[in-house]
Amino acid sequence: MRYLALTEKDRKEMLESIGVSNVDQLYDAVPEEFLLKKPISNLPSHQGEIEVESFIKSLSNKNRSASEGPFFLGAGCYKHHIPASVDHIIQRSEYLTSYTPYQPEISQGTLAVIFQFQSIIALLTGMEIANASMYDGATSMAESCLMALRIKQGRKNIATIGNIHPDYLEVAKTYLDLNDANFVSQVDESCAAVIVQYPDFQGEINSLDEVRKKCDSAGALLIVVTNEIVSLGLLESPKQADIVVGEASSLGVGLNFGGPLLGFFACKKEFVRQMPGRICGATVDADGKPGYVLTLNAREQHIRREKATSNICSNQGLCATAFTIHTSLLGEIGFKKLALINHKKACDLADALSSVKGVKILNKSFFNEFTIELSKDAAEVNKKLLAKNIIGGFAQGNKMILAVSELTSENDIKTFAQELEKILN
Amino acid sequence: MTFIPQEIGGLNHETDILIKQSRAGACGVDLPEVTSFTIRTGQKERQEIGLPQVNEPTVIRHFVRLSNQNYSIDAGFYPLGSCTMKHNPRLNEKMARLPGLADIHPLQDQSTVQGALELMFNLQNWLATLTGLGAVSLAPAAGAQGELAGMLVIKKAHETKGEAATRKIVLIPDSAHGTNPATAAMCGFEIKVIPSNKDGLIDLETFKKLIAEHGRSIAGTMITNPNTCGKFEKDIKEIADLIHSVGAYFYCDGANYNAIVGKVRPADIGVDVMHFNLHKTFSTPHGGGGPGSGPIAVRAELAEFLPTPHVEKEGSAYKLVAPKSSCGKVKGFNGQFGMHIRALTYMLSHGSDGLQKVAEDSVLSANYILSKLKDLYHVPFEGNCMHECLLTDKLQKVKGISTLDIAKALVEYGIHPMTVFFPLVVQGAMLIEPTETETKETIDQFIDTMVFIAKEIESGKGDRFHNYPVSTPRRRLDDVRAAKTPILTWMNNN
Repeated sequence: MRYLALTEKDRKEMLESIGVSNVDQLYDAVPEEFLLKKPISNLPSHQGEIEVESFIKSLSNKNRSASEGPFFLGAGCYKHHIPASVDHIIQRSEYLTSYTPYQPEISQGTLAVIFQFQSIIALLTGMEIANASMYDGATSMAESCLMALRIKQGRKNIATIGNIHPDYLEVAKTYLDLNDANFVSQVDESCAAVIVQYPDFQGEINSLDEVRKKCDSAGALLIVVTNEIVSLGLLESPKQADIVVGEASSLGVGLNFGGPLLGFFACKKEFVRQMPGRICGATVDADGKPGYVLTLNAREQHIRREKATSNICSNQGLCATAFTIHTSLLGEIGFKKLALINHKKACDLADALSSVKGVKILNKSFFNEFTIELSKDAAEVNKKLLAKNIIGGFAQGNKMILAVSELTSENDIKTFAQELEKILN
Repeated sequence: MTFIPQEIGGLNHETDILIKQSRAGACGVDLPEVTSFTIRTGQKERQEIGLPQVNEPTVIRHFVRLSNQNYSIDAGFYPLGSCTMKHNPRLNEKMARLPGLADIHPLQDQSTVQGALELMFNLQNWLATLTGLGAVSLAPAAGAQGELAGMLVIKKAHETKGEAATRKIVLIPDSAHGTNPATAAMCGFEIKVIPSNKDGLIDLETFKKLIAEHGRSIAGTMITNPNTCGKFEKDIKEIADLIHSVGAYFYCDGANYNAIVGKVRPADIGVDVMHFNLHKTFSTPHGGGGPGSGPIAVRAELAEFLPTPHVEKEGSAYKLVAPKSSCGKVKGFNGQFGMHIRALTYMLSHGSDGLQKVAEDSVLSANYILSKLKDLYHVPFEGNCMHECLLTDKLQKVKGISTLDIAKALVEYGIHPMTVFFPLVVQGAMLIEPTETETKETIDQFIDTMVFIAKEIESGKGDRFHNYPVSTPRRRLDDVRAAKTPILTWMNNN
């Protein structure tokens, strides 16, 4: 068994040193009838790398990957190019196989990465601070609702404006139900916060100034959700918000069948002690050298237990590392350019579709994702597209939400428009 | 002025954060040029973001130099109690990067992702078979979210019986991880703490009293077994029977499952709901804090309440379905699929036989350490331990040396410390979990180091440990300063 480190001789010596004759004696606290003497049946025995690899590959081969042909799915999970350096760095043992940086003297690497991650997220979102990451955009939005309810105690509603990702709403509802809080569509003084997605689920870019005004007159917080972080390289930052949450897996992380992704959580500094999750801060060491630690732990479950701001413990550390590397490579120039390319591709797709009979573009504005209305059921259209090895957009009745990226080729767009024309007419 | 280099040693890898290395015009990617076009965002183009401007070699060097300031399980012994820092096989990583698994979208037509769903179905089956519990959900993102999902299942089960309003109490031992009370509180439950007894266990008599006192107001109990004192709750079956006698459920925190995987089936001891930490027991890497993955297993009669989605097999096809009376969605899309791949790869590698050996060797190693250190450090609870052993600084405290100093001495001696000051039920806790992937030589070296530290303290030479570590990239950091005036971004750090 290649992962086990003890030899039979070691085991014998160790048992002798302890003073027992077999390992089951160490399980003396387990009632005899519950201790299994033989390995559990109905499960296979151990296998070598060759066998395991061949089996997992056989599963992999049954899937149609996003790169195997034209691909237009987004809806909260976006396919982008990941520079080769990113995966190389995150596979380094020192990032991959370290724990949460509880011993800062020997974790400055991880801590410095988190500090830069927090800085980048704050810059992109126009907020003052950010935490070390959340599970994904959906749970991050759910936690932002809980935070708003804590800040605006006594208020029990969260208003939503426009189209918000249905998964995000569903997850947040699970969390809100526990607090007897509800989603409403009317903004008034019963609302702890107003949520708006930017760009929204159908790709439309809402004016945040108007929503901010509504929040101010109702005394509610403004939560902005962004699930395509690349958009913030072209769009104005949602600085009108009190809290900005969302999904950052577009950079460095990849699709992964929807997990792991990378949730982010940013807000105004005044709310720092109400934030969920880990936070890294700068300080100095005993010699006065600058360094980093996990800080403001008094909010967290391992200190505050039932009074913690959240139960979150593990976050998406390695995904945040990948994001930080990817964003550092892009830098100021690359980030903006990447955003512009994404938008250009979407404009190209919109142009190509404008002449297709049976297609109507619904968006007034968009970034790299927009919604079309079809003369036929979108799910049926998708089936026919798939027969041509094209993965269409997210189907919602007669609507289809289409996403593109720097990886979408001219040919992908042309093929898609042509096939759509054939299917619809 | 003449430049005088610092004498820092060839492997002391300092590096400034990238914003300080920024050079106007530098960029680490080459993207195609964009011909001029009219933007359709309804806004003007964003102006300055404030990101660094650096080329690729600078980025690589920065992150490599930073990495050299990190300790890792690949580099050395990492006996963090209740964290199960075991070897992370690279085969897992390779499998998770296969394009058919890494490069698929969660909203693709299910006919195009049958292999992925089959993989999830297989993992559900492994976890169900190992635990003897009937149904598994892979949706939760991490252990704490598994707890949340598990408690939601319990809440939903009571709701279905019309008892949600009256069942408000959850019993939790004082030795539990902080996530347990935090989760129960999130679910709106009232927490009654079960005090540990002199053996570090749930006291059966106290538990009986709590049951008698609160009866059918109890929704359930959240018990970590083996517990965080490193002990198997020997009265667990009676405890389970008692909790069931008032119609409540037994939630098992599976953080310490490594000690009993393949040795004890949680269903046999009365567990109704349990979470796994795939990043502990099943070797998926901790990644400096995550991602984790926290599937839950439940008894068959609770399957209908599992979070959505769940993978089922119909004929030869695999499908994502919403359980009939699901407690809801806890995470976007389908859970931490990348971690599911790694965990299944690990399970297949070990097999049923190997997993049993995992448990046995982890318990053997912890008891070996205990046997060698029990005369030099205070052992708060007598008897054998499970996969981790609990010591305290009681004997060292009289010489003015605390658990913190012992931990920092270990750091100086090149070993990652154990979990310190947890569990909270003893003062100055040191919780040591060696795992099954450490050789006897490594364990002996740790023991020798711990013996040396104890003897130095004993002979009055331990005062220098207050000052330790001294050879690390940074010495002890000022936590108070960090919390008092938080500097959380580089914009704030000028």
